[in-house]
Amino acid sequence: MDKFTILDGLVAPLDRANVDTDAIIPKQFLKSIKRSGFGPNLFDEWRYLDHGEPGMDNSSRPLNPDFVLNQPRYQGAQILIARENFGCGSSREHAPWALLDYGFRAVIAPSFADIFFNNCFKNGILPIVLDADGVDQLFKEVAAQPGCRLSVDLDSQTVTTPGGHMFSFDVDSFRKYCLLNGLDDIGLSLQHADKIRAYEERRRQSEPWVFN
Amino acid sequence: MSAQTLYEKLWQSHVVHTEPDDTTLLYIDRHLLHEVTSPQAFEGLRLADRKPWRLSANLAVADHNVPTTDRKDGIADPVSRLQVDTLDQNCAEFGIAEFKMSDVRQGIVHVIGPEQGATLPGMTVVCGDSHTSTHGAFGALAHGIGTSEVEHVLATQCLLQKKSRTMQVLVDGSLGKGVTAKDIALAVIGKIGTAGGTGYAIEFAGEAIRALSMEGRMTLCNMAIEAGARAGMVAVDETTIDYVKGRPFSPKAGQWDQAVAYWRTLHSDEGSKFDCVVELDGSAIKPQVTWGTSPEMVVAIDGCVPDPARETDPVKRGGMERALIYMGLQANTPISQIAVDKVFIGSCTNSRIEDLRAAASVAKGRHIASNIKLAMVVPGSGLVKHQAEQEGLDQIFRAAGFEWREPGCSMCLAMNADRLEPGERCASTSNRNFEGRQGPGGRTHLVSPEMAAAAAIAGHFVDVREF
Repeated sequence: MDKFTILDGLVAPLDRANVDTDAIIPKQFLKSIKRSGFGPNLFDEWRYLDHGEPGMDNSSRPLNPDFVLNQPRYQGAQILIARENFGCGSSREHAPWALLDYGFRAVIAPSFADIFFNNCFKNGILPIVLDADGVDQLFKEVAAQPGCRLSVDLDSQTVTTPGGHMFSFDVDSFRKYCLLNGLDDIGLSLQHADKIRAYEERRRQSEPWVFN
Repeated sequence: MSAQTLYEKLWQSHVVHTEPDDTTLLYIDRHLLHEVTSPQAFEGLRLADRKPWRLSANLAVADHNVPTTDRKDGIADPVSRLQVDTLDQNCAEFGIAEFKMSDVRQGIVHVIGPEQGATLPGMTVVCGDSHTSTHGAFGALAHGIGTSEVEHVLATQCLLQKKSRTMQVLVDGSLGKGVTAKDIALAVIGKIGTAGGTGYAIEFAGEAIRALSMEGRMTLCNMAIEAGARAGMVAVDETTIDYVKGRPFSPKAGQWDQAVAYWRTLHSDEGSKFDCVVELDGSAIKPQVTWGTSPEMVVAIDGCVPDPARETDPVKRGGMERALIYMGLQANTPISQIAVDKVFIGSCTNSRIEDLRAAASVAKGRHIASNIKLAMVVPGSGLVKHQAEQEGLDQIFRAAGFEWREPGCSMCLAMNADRLEPGERCASTSNRNFEGRQGPGGRTHLVSPEMAAAAAIAGHFVDVREF
C-alpha cells in the first residue's frame, strides 16, 4: 500500500447524497479476479451514455457530457467531494480500487458508510469526514474557482483551501499510523500470533464446539 | 460486572488484543467466502506466502454468478465462469471446504451458513459481503468485510476493529396479518434513513421481534446494513435454539448442553444501556413498498409517491427528483396504481422456506396477470428448493405462471443472466433498489414475498391484507 502523507490535489465535486457502491463500480465489473484496472469503469453508468461490459474498449465509448468527471476542468482530480452517506451499499472493495485506479487519493463527505470507509484505509485512500456546512463551503469554492486544489495533510489532520481556510478532521490513530507509513496490517496483526494462539486455547476450553 | 448489552458481550468475548487507541484485534469464529470478493484475497496470500490460519473456520460457496436455469452445461458467460472456477481452484489449493455448484447444499452464502449450523449463537461471523449482518439473527456478531479484510481473516483469524456504538430498535405490539419482518425492516429504514445506523450495531428487540421465526429475524438483520449498520442482532431464545438443533455443524450431543447453557446468556442484561433507542409500534406497521432508488424511499402500500416540492432540504429534494425521473414515476401517484413488469422472489433477504411458503399461499389457485413478463422464484439454497418441492410449493408457483429456478443470488444484483431490461419495473423481495442494481435502467421496488406474489397476480402493487 502507498503511503499517504500530504496531498495537494485538484478537486472534483460530486453533488449527490447516498452515492452507493453499485454506482461507484457496477456489478458486471466485479467479475474480475484482479485488484487493478477498475478506473475506466468508475461511475460507469453515470459516466458513459452506453452500457458498459467488461472487455470493452472504454476509450471509444460515448461519454456523458453532463457527468461532472467528464468536464475538462476536473481532469486529473485526486480529491472527490460528495454529500452524506458516501459508499453505502455492498462491501465490494472494488469501489475503493476503482477510485484509486482512477486517481483519487482522498474523498471528503459529511458521512461515509462504515464498510466503504474501512476499505479505503486498506488501500491508501483517505476518507475525510467534515461537517455538512464545511463540505457545502468546499462545493461553493470548487464551483467558483476552476482549478481549485486542496491541500490535505494527514499528519496534522487538516484540509486547507486556496483561500487559506483550514478544516480539521478526525482519524483513528492506528489507521493514521498505518496510512502514514503505508503498512500492511496483516503483518502487524501477525506480530500478535502468540496472543491469537493463547486466545484460541482459552476458547477451546470454554466453547469447544466453535472449533469443530 | 455492570449490565451489558448483547453486542458488548459478543465483543468482549472475542478480544485478542487492544491497541492504545482501542483498535482491537477481534477473533473471528466463522468465515464465509464467495467467488466475487475472495480471488484477490487468495492472490494476496499467495504473494505473501501465507496460509489460512484455521482451515475449519472457513466455508465457501459460489452464489453471485451461478445460473438459475439448468446447470448441466455450466456457466455460459466466460467471465462469470472464470470467477467460479477460481473459487474452486483456490479452495482446492488452500484446503477450504466448499459447496460446489452441483452440490445440493449450494446456495446463497447467507442462507447456507445458518442452514448448515455453521452460524451459531455467540460466534463472530464475517464474509466479504455486506449482507453478512443476516447471521446476527442468531445472537452472533456478524458483519460484512472488504477483500483486504477477507485476506486478513484468512491469514490471522482476526480483524482489526473499533467498537461500534449500540442502537436498540424496539418493536412492540404484534404485527397485523400480511405484515412481515421485511415490512419491519423497511419501516425502520424509512424512519431512521439509510445512514441512521452508520457507526452502530443494532439490536432488534421487543414483542414483535420475539414473535418472529428465525427466517423472519434473518430477513430483519439482513436489512440492518440498508439502515447503515454493519451488524444487526437478535437475542438468543428458544426459537434460536430450536432452529440450531441437529444441523450438520451444530454442537453434537456431548457439547450440546454446555453450548445451550452458554447461549442462554446471550441477551442484553436488564438495565444495560444503549447509545440510542428507536421505538416502533409493530401493530401500526403496514406492508411497505419502496418508490425510489434508496431503501429509505419507502411508503406504506396505501400511500402515494411523495412530492419533492414538499421537501425543504435541497440535497434530499434533489435526490428525490432524480429518483422519480429514474423510476419513471409522478409525485402523488397512489402506490397501488403502479403496474409492474417483472417479479423476483428470492435473495439473501427473502428466499428461505418460510418466504416461499408465504408467497405460495398468495399465489395458490391464482395466475399471474397478463402484463407480467416474468415472475420468478429463486430458492435460497438447494436444500430450500428440495424442501419446497417436498411441500409442493413448486407446483403452486408453476401453476400460477411463476418460473421455478435453481438457487443463487440471481436478480438481486444481476451478476448472472437474470436481470431487468432498461425501464422495466420489478416487484422484488431483495434488499437494494439502487439505480441499475437489477440491470442497467431497471426499476426496483422492494417488498415482502407476500406483496411480491400479490403484485404478480394483480399486475400492480396491491395491499396483500385485502387480497
